[in-house]
Amino acid sequence: MHFDLTDEQESFRKVVADFARAEIAPHAEAWDRDHTFPVDTVRAMGELGLFGLPFPEEYGGGGSDFTTLCLAIEEIARVDQSVAITLEAGVGLGANPIFTYGTEEQKQRWLPDLCAGRALGGFGLTEPEAGSDAGGTRTRAVLDDVAGEWVIDGEKAFITNSGTAITSLVTITARTDVAGSGAAPEISTVIVPAGTPGVEVQPPYRKMGWHASDTHGLTFAGCRVPADHLLGQRGRGFANFLAILDDGRVAIAALALGTIEACLEQSVAYAKERHAFGRPIGGYQAVAFKCADLAVMAETARNLVYKAAFLKDAGRPFRKEAAMAKLYATEGAVTATREATQIFGGYGFMDETPVSRFYRDSKILEIGEGTSEVQRLVISRQLGLPV
Amino acid sequence: MNVVVCVKQIPDPADPGALEEDHTLKRTGKLILDESDSFGVEMALQLVDKAGGGDVTLVSMAPNDETSGLRTALAMGAAKAVLVSDPALAGAGALDTAKVLAAAIGRVEGADLILAATESSDGYTGTVPEQIAGVLDLPSITFAKHVEVADGTVSVQRQTELGYDQCESPLPAVVSVTAGVVEPRYPSFKGIMAAKSKPVDQVTVADLGIDASAVGAAGAGQQIVEVTPAPERQAGEIIEDDGEAHLKIIDFLDGLKVL
Repeated sequence: MHFDLTDEQESFRKVVADFARAEIAPHAEAWDRDHTFPVDTVRAMGELGLFGLPFPEEYGGGGSDFTTLCLAIEEIARVDQSVAITLEAGVGLGANPIFTYGTEEQKQRWLPDLCAGRALGGFGLTEPEAGSDAGGTRTRAVLDDVAGEWVIDGEKAFITNSGTAITSLVTITARTDVAGSGAAPEISTVIVPAGTPGVEVQPPYRKMGWHASDTHGLTFAGCRVPADHLLGQRGRGFANFLAILDDGRVAIAALALGTIEACLEQSVAYAKERHAFGRPIGGYQAVAFKCADLAVMAETARNLVYKAAFLKDAGRPFRKEAAMAKLYATEGAVTATREATQIFGGYGFMDETPVSRFYRDSKILEIGEGTSEVQRLVISRQLGLPV
Repeated sequence: MNVVVCVKQIPDPADPGALEEDHTLKRTGKLILDESDSFGVEMALQLVDKAGGGDVTLVSMAPNDETSGLRTALAMGAAKAVLVSDPALAGAGALDTAKVLAAAIGRVEGADLILAATESSDGYTGTVPEQIAGVLDLPSITFAKHVEVADGTVSVQRQTELGYDQCESPLPAVVSVTAGVVEPRYPSFKGIMAAKSKPVDQVTVADLGIDASAVGAAGAGQQIVEVTPAPERQAGEIIEDDGEAHLKIIDFLDGLKVL
């Protein structure tokens, strides 16, 4: 048993860390303030190979593994969660469903641009009145046999990467059972190319954090896409998205891990440098012990995240471990950012101090891609409990 | 066109190492590509690209068969490397280094241009590129901020205090490149994977036909007798503005004879 990354993983982690420090960190405060989606930075990340990491080279990917993707997300999240979630969602929710469930033709059409960071994809699951409760999905896709097209009507909410200048598609879940037939709800996934008539991208949300990430609601009114835009088997949309979310949960946990590590690093540095009553504040147990707790949290989160990523890469079951990593790391990120803000005192409340932004950004981590409550539900069920 | 780039692998400046008993830098841990060399690597890649063909070959001298820094430059796009690693080279001075690198460059076939940084970020002697040119009996241009190659001639804008000199030299030639003149690319993931399998020609002093007793601490002809920390910066003079501060500033500048 060992905990070492490969030389290539270490090398790439360093490249991404250098990139994040030089190309993202200096702009993060301004992007947050101005709600700027940094499309040029996304393209540069594409050139580094970040968006294609886990996919085969034949589709423009890097032929790497999921662990390496997690390392990249972690390093970017150390400086900017908005950019990290753009990457996480671009790979996990944009490209991954196409790669996992797409036909050869669909993969050839969409993946090369997604892998290169020339395009971004979104995943439209959540609706104003349905999230993890997929049975509550109201958006409908009805097959018009004559025209050979799906006709989509409905509404999606909180869709990441759905309205950028380079968004190429959104994969949505929709009911495909015949309305009023009384049959059990049938959920399928359908690819909707950006700009398809009948789909309207709503104005960006006003959010508590993640200001530099692109999030919109989408409305569908008589939106028509060709019948071959069905992604995966008809009626398997629910099962498919659950599997996609398992991956996504580990990636979100990696993002949270990066935030915890940044809080640790910045808190320790500040605790050594800031003086009160004649000595560094890190010389007082009240502050030193907070830092010690942050270090334990970072180490624990890292072990959970890397273990879950390792299991996935090894092709072994990892649903429970994914839920555990996501639950622990994201709740940890909220705690870590709160404590780091406390260590920074008044400065921690100022926008110019990164931990202030990290604090605002972190709350969503306990909500997106399955709330903490859903993670506990998944873990409980894995324990065989009848909840 | 084939370009050789001399690159140094140094201890990570973010994690400064200790000194050996003979006052030389400890080089036992993992070494990284000297950032000042990344500019030469980038320039070489751009020149080869512009020329429409050829290879960038790295030449390095490092202890313990170290290749970590070379792999970074290979991941950026260099095709191959020659690494000289030999315990006999411990304590080598600048001239020994130049002799060894010159011999290593001799193993690269058809080198049209040899690039190096003006100085390394750990030793800072700033003499090795010109010494290499001397050993190889090649023309040398220093402090290049812009390099172009056409028709067997290298044209260089040579940085000076006032601007730059426009210089030309027939090829092959040795050119030292100042830091910051090009933007080194980040190695891509594919580049890192490809670098794993790129050839590194690993040689010893004997392989280069050099007498081991003539190089390294044995042949250095120099000794570091003492190392002292740089003096801490002194506090500046603070002038309170009582309405006359500008006159004091003028006097101060006048005293420096800069007015």
